[in-house]
Amino acid sequence: MNPRYLPLLATIAIFILAYALCYSQYPNMLSTRVVGNLLTDNAYLGIAAIGMTFVILTGGIDLSIGSVIAFTGVFIAVLLANTSMHPLSVFALALLIATCFGGLMGGIIHTLEMPPFIVTLAGMFLARGMAFVLSTESIPITHDFYDTLQDVFFRVPGKGRLTLVGIIMIVTVIVGVVLAHRTRFGSYVYALGGGLPAAKLMGVPVARTTVCVYALSGFMAGLSGIVFSMYTSAGYSLAAVGVELDAIAAVVIGGTLLTGGSGFMIGTLIGVLIMGLIQTYIIFDGTLSSWWTKIVIGGLLFTFILLQRGLVWVTSRARI
Amino acid sequence: MLLQGKSITKSFPGALALDAVDFNLLPGEVHALLGENGAGKSTLVKCLTGAYRRDAGAILLDNQPINPRSTLEAQDLGIGTVYQEVNLLPNLTVAENLYLGRQPRRLGLVSTRRMNAGAREILSGYGLQIDVSRELSSYSIAIQQIIAIARAVDLSGKVLILDEPTASLDATEVQMLFSIIRHLRDDGLGIIFISHFLDQVFEICDALTVLRNGRLVGTAKPADTSRLKLVNMMLGRSLEEEIHKEKDRTASVDPVQLQFKNFGRSGHIKAFDLDIRKREIVGVAGLLGSGRTEMAELLFGAVGHDSGEALAEGKPLRLTSPRAAVAQGFAFCPEDRKRDGIVADLSVRENIILALQGQRGWLRALSKSEQTAIADGYIARLDIRTPDCEKPVGQLSGGNQQKVILARWLATNPRFLILDEPTRGIDVGAHAEIIRFIEALCDEGMSLLVISSELEELVDYSQRVIVLRDRAHVAELTGDAITTSNIIRAIASDGHEDKVLAS
Repeated sequence: MNPRYLPLLATIAIFILAYALCYSQYPNMLSTRVVGNLLTDNAYLGIAAIGMTFVILTGGIDLSIGSVIAFTGVFIAVLLANTSMHPLSVFALALLIATCFGGLMGGIIHTLEMPPFIVTLAGMFLARGMAFVLSTESIPITHDFYDTLQDVFFRVPGKGRLTLVGIIMIVTVIVGVVLAHRTRFGSYVYALGGGLPAAKLMGVPVARTTVCVYALSGFMAGLSGIVFSMYTSAGYSLAAVGVELDAIAAVVIGGTLLTGGSGFMIGTLIGVLIMGLIQTYIIFDGTLSSWWTKIVIGGLLFTFILLQRGLVWVTSRARI
Repeated sequence: MLLQGKSITKSFPGALALDAVDFNLLPGEVHALLGENGAGKSTLVKCLTGAYRRDAGAILLDNQPINPRSTLEAQDLGIGTVYQEVNLLPNLTVAENLYLGRQPRRLGLVSTRRMNAGAREILSGYGLQIDVSRELSSYSIAIQQIIAIARAVDLSGKVLILDEPTASLDATEVQMLFSIIRHLRDDGLGIIFISHFLDQVFEICDALTVLRNGRLVGTAKPADTSRLKLVNMMLGRSLEEEIHKEKDRTASVDPVQLQFKNFGRSGHIKAFDLDIRKREIVGVAGLLGSGRTEMAELLFGAVGHDSGEALAEGKPLRLTSPRAAVAQGFAFCPEDRKRDGIVADLSVRENIILALQGQRGWLRALSKSEQTAIADGYIARLDIRTPDCEKPVGQLSGGNQQKVILARWLATNPRFLILDEPTRGIDVGAHAEIIRFIEALCDEGMSLLVISSELEELVDYSQRVIVLRDRAHVAELTGDAITTSNIIRAIASDGHEDKVLAS
C-alpha cells in the first residue's frame, strides 16, 4: 500500500472507532438526525478548515480566519440592519472583501518574503479590530430572506435534516477535493509545500499560487462567516475566537502534514467530524465538562503529530 | 554546432568569474566541463541557462543567437539542466513530477489516468518500469536522477546539462546512468557533463573543456590526452616547470606530537596513518572531491571516525566532536569561510572571541575590556584591515575575514591547527601575509596541517605533503621529493598503475 494514504486511513479508522464507541453507549447516535446535526453544527468550521488545508499544504498558515468570520458576520448584520440591500448582494460584497483581504496577505507574504505566521497574525488583529469598529454589540439579523434560507432543508429518512449550511459545507468539500487533486492549481499547491527552490526550478508560478491560496482561504473564511451568521442569526465581533486553531487542529487530525506538501481534503472533513463527534458525545453524556472536548482533541493532535513523524521516518528509510 | 558560447564574460563585485570563455558543443556529443572550485564551471553553466545574465559575449543555439533570461526560458529554447540536488518535488508522484505545469486535461480537469500512462511511456524509454503513481521520495536517488533527466529531456530536447550527476550514486547506479547518457547521445542530444571524477570523464565523454580561474585553459579529446595532462591543465602547471623549495626547510626533528592510527570513516575517507611532529607543516594535496575536506573534518571531530584511534604523546585522545577536539588543543579554519567560518552579522571582536569563550564555557565569561584587548591584539598582530573591532565581519574583504578566523583559533592557543584552503579567494597581498604567518606559527612550535590546491604554495612551506585521491591517502612526499610535478603525478596516476607497481 502507498504510505501516503496511511494518515488518511488512520483518521478514518479513528472516526469509525470513535463512532462505534459512541454507538455502543448511546445507540441513538447513529440516527440520521444526529448525523444531520453534526454536519449543520460544524459547517462553518468545515468550510474554514478546507481553506486552511490549502494554506497548510503550501507549508503556510492562516491565523486570520476566526477574525474574518467574525468580521463577515458583523459586516452582514450591520449592512442588513442599516441599509435596504438584499442579503445576496451583501454576501457577494462580504465574500469580495474577505477574498481580497486574504489575497493581500498572500501578496505581502510573497513579495516581502515574510513568514505567513506573522503576516496572518497581523491580519487576525486587523480583521478583529475592523469588526469592533463596525459594532461592539451583538447585532441580531432579522430578515425574511434569512428565515427562508434557514427553512431550506432536505428531510432524510429517520427524521434527519440536511440543512442548507450542511449542504454548503458538503459542496465546499467537493470543490476542495476537485481543486486540490484534479487541477494544475492543486498540483502547484502541493509543489510549494514540497520545496520552494525545486518548485521555482520546475516552473511553478509561485507568486500567483501563493496569492491565490491565501485569497482562497480568505474566501472560505468569508463563506464560513456567512454560514455562521445563518447558524446564529446574529453578527458579533467577539464570535469565532480561536476558530483558526480549531481549523488547524482539524486539518492536522485529518492527516495533513503541518510542514506542507502532503494531505487530503477529505481528511480535513473527517477531522472536523471527529471534533464534532466528541462534542456530541459530551452533550449526550450530559455530566462531562465541555472542556473534555479540548482535552481529547489535544491528545489526538499529539497522536497525529507523532504518527506523521514516524511516517516520515519510515518512508525515508524504505526506499526501493 | 549545437550550442556555442562566444567569449562569455561575467564578473561579480570584486572578481572576474568568467573571462571571455569560448565553449562549443556538437550534437551527439558528451562534453565534460572540468576545473577546480572557483574555476568558473558553474558560472558558465548558469550563463548558458540564463540563471545569470552574462556581461558580454554571445550564445548561439543551432547557430541562432539566444538570450535566455531564466532557466525556464532556456528550457523552452531546448536547454535542460539536471542539478545534483533540489531538482524535483519528493512529495509529488513520479507522474506529477514529469508533467507538473503541463498535465493533460479533460474538461479543465487533470486526467490522472492519461498523465500516468504518459509517464509510464516516457520512463519505459529509459528502461524504467516503476509505479508512477507513487511519490518520488519512495525511490532511490539514482531513479530520481533518471526521472529528473527524463523531465529535462522531455521539456527541452536539444541540450542536456548534467551537474555532478554521479556524486551520490554507487558504481552500478553510475553504469545505469551512463547507459542512459549514451542512449541520449546516440539520439543526437548534446550533453554537458560536469564531474570531478576523472575516471568517469574518460569513460563517457567525447570531448572536454578545462577552465581555471575563470579562463579557458583548453579543449581536448579524451583519446588524445592523459590524466596527467588533464590534471596539469586543471591545476595550472606544466611538467617542465618544476618548482623546488626556495627555502631549505629541513624535516622537523621534534618529537611526534599527534598520532592517528588507522583513522578513517567508511564512505567518507579510507583509514589512514598520520604522524604529526611538533614544529611541522604537513601539506595535503588532491583534486576536488578527493577527500581533502573530509579528512580535515574527521581529524577535527566534525564527523565522527569509525575506525582507528588518535594519540597525543602516546596517550589516547577523544575526538568525538569539535568541542572535544578544541579541548585537546585542535583548531580548524574551514574551507567555506562564509558558511562554516564567520558569523557575518557579529562584530570582528565577537568573531575572534567565539572559540576562546566556547573553550572557557559560559560560566567564565570574558569581560568586554578583556575581549576588546584580545581582539585589538590580533587585529594588530595579523594586520586585519578594519576601522575598529566592532565592525560586522561580513563587511570585511575575504582576506581579512580569513585573518579573523585565524585569530579566533590562535586565541585558543592551539597545538594543532588545521587550515582548509586558507588562501582561497583572497587577494595577492593578503595571500602572502597568510603564508608568512603559517610559517611563523610553525617556527613558534605549532603543528599545522594545510590543505591547498595551490601546489607551489604547498611545496613552499610543507615539510611533508600527503596526496589524496578517491578518498584515500595515495602518496606521501618528503624532502626533495616535494615538487609540483611529483604531486601532480601522484594525483594523476590511476588505481591500476598503483597495483602494477605494488605487485
